[in-house]
Amino acid sequence: MIEVMDERPVSPDEHPIAPFVRMDRMPHIWCPTCGIGTVLKCYVTALADPVLVLDKVSVVSGIGCTGRVAGYMKLDGFHTTHGRAIPFATGLKLGRPELLVTVFSGDGDLVGIGGNHFIHAARRNMDLLIILVNNFTYGMTGGQNAATTPLTAKSSTMPFGNFERPFNLPYLAASSGATYVARWTSLHIRRMTRSFKEAIQRKGFRFIEVIAPCPALYARLNKLGDGLDLMRFYFDKAEIRHGADTREAGIDYQDRIICGKFIDEEQPTYLDLMHAHYAKTLGERYVPMPPAGGWIRE
Amino acid sequence: MKADPIGVLTGTHYLDGDFACGEAAMAAGCRFVAGYPITPSTEVVERIARRFPMIGGIFIQMEDELASMAAVVGASWTGTKSMTVTSGPGFSLMMENIGLAAMMETPCVVVNVQRGGPSTGLPTMVGQADMMQARWGSHGDYSIIALSPCSPQEAFNLTIDAFNLAETYRVPVLMMMDECVGHMTEKVVIPPADEIDLVPRKLTTKSPDEFLPYKLNGALAPEFARAGDGYRFHTTGLTHDERGYPVMSAECQEQCVRHLIDKIKLNADQIVRFEEAGIEGADVVVVTYGITSRVARMGGELARQRGVKVGTLRPIVVWPFPEKRMRELSQTIKAFVVPEINNGQIVLEVERCAGGKAAAISVPHMGGAVHDPNDISDAIVEAAR
Repeated sequence: MIEVMDERPVSPDEHPIAPFVRMDRMPHIWCPTCGIGTVLKCYVTALADPVLVLDKVSVVSGIGCTGRVAGYMKLDGFHTTHGRAIPFATGLKLGRPELLVTVFSGDGDLVGIGGNHFIHAARRNMDLLIILVNNFTYGMTGGQNAATTPLTAKSSTMPFGNFERPFNLPYLAASSGATYVARWTSLHIRRMTRSFKEAIQRKGFRFIEVIAPCPALYARLNKLGDGLDLMRFYFDKAEIRHGADTREAGIDYQDRIICGKFIDEEQPTYLDLMHAHYAKTLGERYVPMPPAGGWIRE
Repeated sequence: MKADPIGVLTGTHYLDGDFACGEAAMAAGCRFVAGYPITPSTEVVERIARRFPMIGGIFIQMEDELASMAAVVGASWTGTKSMTVTSGPGFSLMMENIGLAAMMETPCVVVNVQRGGPSTGLPTMVGQADMMQARWGSHGDYSIIALSPCSPQEAFNLTIDAFNLAETYRVPVLMMMDECVGHMTEKVVIPPADEIDLVPRKLTTKSPDEFLPYKLNGALAPEFARAGDGYRFHTTGLTHDERGYPVMSAECQEQCVRHLIDKIKLNADQIVRFEEAGIEGADVVVVTYGITSRVARMGGELARQRGVKVGTLRPIVVWPFPEKRMRELSQTIKAFVVPEINNGQIVLEVERCAGGKAAAISVPHMGGAVHDPNDISDAIVEAAR
């Protein structure tokens, strides 16, 4: 039984996330019990940290259900092309290094069609915070097989079950050079938020994967129950193992989900390396970009 | 606004078209270049990679051309003048984000040093077969501006113009060079910085509360806000309203896409540029662009010696096409002769403008070399008959 604690209607402006979210765009497009809204809420909670200047925060998304996040944030928000959020964000960051650039997108976008950009940005240790919502499927287009669909899970393009081996994303990120790697489920609200807060303070290619339910497609096609069942599943199967070897973080169908912070190390970013290298090799001939970035600074 | 002297290598140089293009980008204030190596365009970014650290620019070699173009669009949203450089195969990959730049109204410059196609084609040899791709290559309806230089000096001049046009109209501007112009070395005069006029980004003066990122401004581009200036705007590749919010309706589509087309179409008279010679009393007009215009000069001379009254028209801005002038000329002349290093692309546009009033005769060449001037001369003589 759900008890209604307070029946007073809350106007959109009074909502605690109103300073961060375009309330004039509500209701959002996400299905009931979809996990993306929860991840967005955790991200804005992490942003609420008073030291952050929100004017300097940009969110870049690609295409797909999670790709809609950039459009709902009351920040500089870029809803770009499918798979290209990371290179777009790379341009944004290099054009104006003072920005905190978050890439917020889905598994299909960032590691399916955008997989090449993902590994190269990690290799360069590009200073980007990557929030990847992994729902194991292409939700926006109708539940097709993804690069993350666990073996044997059904999808609309693998109607007899998936036989393609999926990515283990923390391992992919770590082996490509990411300097912060964590995974949570959308049930881990406090831990996820803490992780976001922590990653915002770090530099370099920071990767946080959030396993989130797709009730309308992935769960329905696999008969996994409703939203509450999916949360119960995370409760039962999520295993927090900080510092775990990412090679062991693969996800089998309806099996345990290893969560936690796997990697957190300080490494010079692309821009750190660039500045240091040019300063060393070119000496006084090196003219760095103005610290505030951008070249039309009247 | 005048050029910042730090990027301007004033003087008289002996440069190839690729280097001249790179120098012009730096003179024009370009400070972000993302690219992926491809022949015959690589020298442009090699020049830039060597000079950028000394003038405060950032060059990044991306993992492919999809990423290069995406990064250019991203960087432009910080107000930084941005460019990428490629050739046919890479140009194909860039189409996706050229469409995004058109939809988001993002100023940027894309240089295509054309080689023979299709597919891998002739990596080191000349072609002009991407002219229609330049106009129509990304899906959907939109407008771009495309320029075609015929010499290293013009590669310099037009690259400056490309940045200015990109800023004025908030469109991707395509520098449609070709391998010959790219690799041909000639005298290039780079003027002093205070003689180079630049168009700065049209930054809004409105407050964040009043600012609408896609507020229609007649047939002109809307005012711009940079990421990080507190405007907290949204932009998307989806069909959007004045707020930049996606709106999925036929009405919004009409308004949004119509604007993308109108801002070029209704300003075509300001954008169109061409060079004419010997048009007065001509029976035949040769329409050529890029390197072919220089070969056609000799073809025209040969035809003149054979008694034909022949003039030339060289579109410098190829898109938008000099439609009005073509229509005028088609009233008085017998035929247009259109040599180009492809199977006949711009000739289709000439034919459309001529509307049956004058013939439009293609002189195709599949690429790998320039035309034999005799072939052009023969076509002119044939057309005059």
